[in-house]
Formats: sequence, C-alpha cells, structure tokens
Amino acid sequence: MIDLGKYAADVVFAYGISLGLILGLIGLSMYRAKRMKADLAAAEARIEARQNNGT
Amino acid sequence: MSLWEYANPRKFMALSGKLLPWTAVGAALLCCVGLIWGFFFTPDDFRMGSTVKIIYIHVPSAMMAINVWVMMLVTSLIWLIRRHHVSALAAKAAAPIGMVMTLVALATGAIWGNPMWGTYWAWDPRLTSFLILFLFYLGYMALWEAVEDKDTAADLTSVMCLVGSVFALLSRYATRFWNQGLHQGTSVPVATGERTVDDVFFVPLAISMVGFAVLFVALVLLRTRTEVRARRLAVLNARERMSA
Repeated sequence: MIDLGKYAADVVFAYGISLGLILGLIGLSMYRAKRMKADLAAAEARIEARQNNGT
Repeated sequence: MSLWEYANPRKFMALSGKLLPWTAVGAALLCCVGLIWGFFFTPDDFRMGSTVKIIYIHVPSAMMAINVWVMMLVTSLIWLIRRHHVSALAAKAAAPIGMVMTLVALATGAIWGNPMWGTYWAWDPRLTSFLILFLFYLGYMALWEAVEDKDTAADLTSVMCLVGSVFALLSRYATRFWNQGLHQGTSVPVATGERTVDDVFFVPLAISMVGFAVLFVALVLLRTRTEVRARRLAVLNARERMSA
C-alpha cells in the first residue's frame, strides 16, 4: 500500500465518498433502466395479447 | 442524413443502443487508468503532499458539473425552439449526473480545502457559485417531478435551465471575474494552454477528465433511453385506461 503520509485520511475519504456517489449513480441508473425495460415489455405484451383476443 | 433524424425516438434508440456498450467500456477503461495511475503512480506535491491526488477526481467532476449544465442548456433550447421530445428527455436524464458531479466537486473541494486552507468552506466566489449551481440542479430535478404534464414540465425546466446557466458560467469564470477568494484559477486553461500542472500530474489528470466525459456520455445515453421508455409506457398506460 502506498504511503499517503499525514493526509492519508483526507485522500482516502475524498476518493471513498466520490466513488461511492458515482457508483451509486451508475447502479441506480442501471437498475431503473432494467426495470423500465421490463415494465414496457410487459405493457406491450399485454396490449398485443388483448389485440389478438379481439377485445 | 441530418442530425435532427435522431430526434425521432426510434432512431435515437437504435443509435444509442449501438453506442452505449462502447462508451460504457471506454468510460470504465479511461476512468480506471486515470484514477489508478493518479492515485498509485504519481508522486506527492512538494507543497500539498499527498492531497494532490484529490485533483484526479476534483477537477474532472468540477469540469463535468459545468459542462453537463451547458449540455442541458443546448438540449433545452432545442426543445424550446424545435419541440423535439428526445432533447427535453436528454436534459432531464443529464440533471442527476450533473448534480452528482457538482456534489463530488464540492465534497472533494471541502476535504482538500481543510488541510490546505485550514477550513472546509469559505464564501469564496467560485465555491459559492458552485453551491448555487448544485441548488439549481436540485431545483431543476424537483421541477420535473412536480409538474404532471410532461410537456409543461419540459417548458418550465428549460426556462429554469436558461436562468441557471448564469451560475454555470459564474462557476467557470468566478476567479477571473472577482479575482479574489481562496480558490485558485483553473489549472488546465484550454483556451491559452498555459497550464500550471506539471506533466507528471497532467497526463493521468487528462485521462481522468476524458474518462469522466465519456462516463457522462454513457450515463446520459442510458438514462435518456430509460426516459424514452418511461414516456412510451406512460402513453400505453393512458391508452389502456381510456379503452378500459
């Protein structure tokens, strides 16, 4: 491990909080994208099934 | 072929679907190389010690905080002038990314400021304009959620984006306009090329800056695709309710 000297806590805290925020944003964006894709596919399938049944 | 063709949601989804994996991989590679190089393989600064390593996150995030708002300004203007829904949705998709980048810039700046300036915060022109920019991001996102009719929300948020652009501009040029405060001027002035950062720090910094920019492109494509799908889902749900 590299020696960050007397500012080690500041540097590690800065990287930790930044990476946490950015990875959180990426994770939330991917989760919402996946959920929306599934919800839209389900809605389209429901409408198609209804049209095929003639209702 | 015209750029405006991609205002068509179908064409946008087709193109963005192809671009997304490449930008995501590019962002991951560039960010990893820039940050790992900067953190592990650069020396300490003779004055700032190891805190100089914070530059590899602080400068790229601050750069993106301002540039994301500029992108939102362009897409908002396209919405107001040409009424392309994809552009309004792209602005909406970009806002949380800009908000997080602004928060990262503020947080890393405060953490860096404490050992260097002796304080986490000062009402310095650049810091204050960045804080106001952050509040504008929050207000912009809240306004999108507060208005039920999405076209009205797009109109109102576009106007808010025009107003907030003043603070994006001030954030960028605050040290030059007021010439006072704790924060130094820009380390990498693109216009003059007279940078104050040594090569040993600049190369990983430049890679991180490009990495953050590509990360933004990847995230905005992903999030705009989600917004396009959400809009289509809302239309389908409305049709279902009407036919029921």
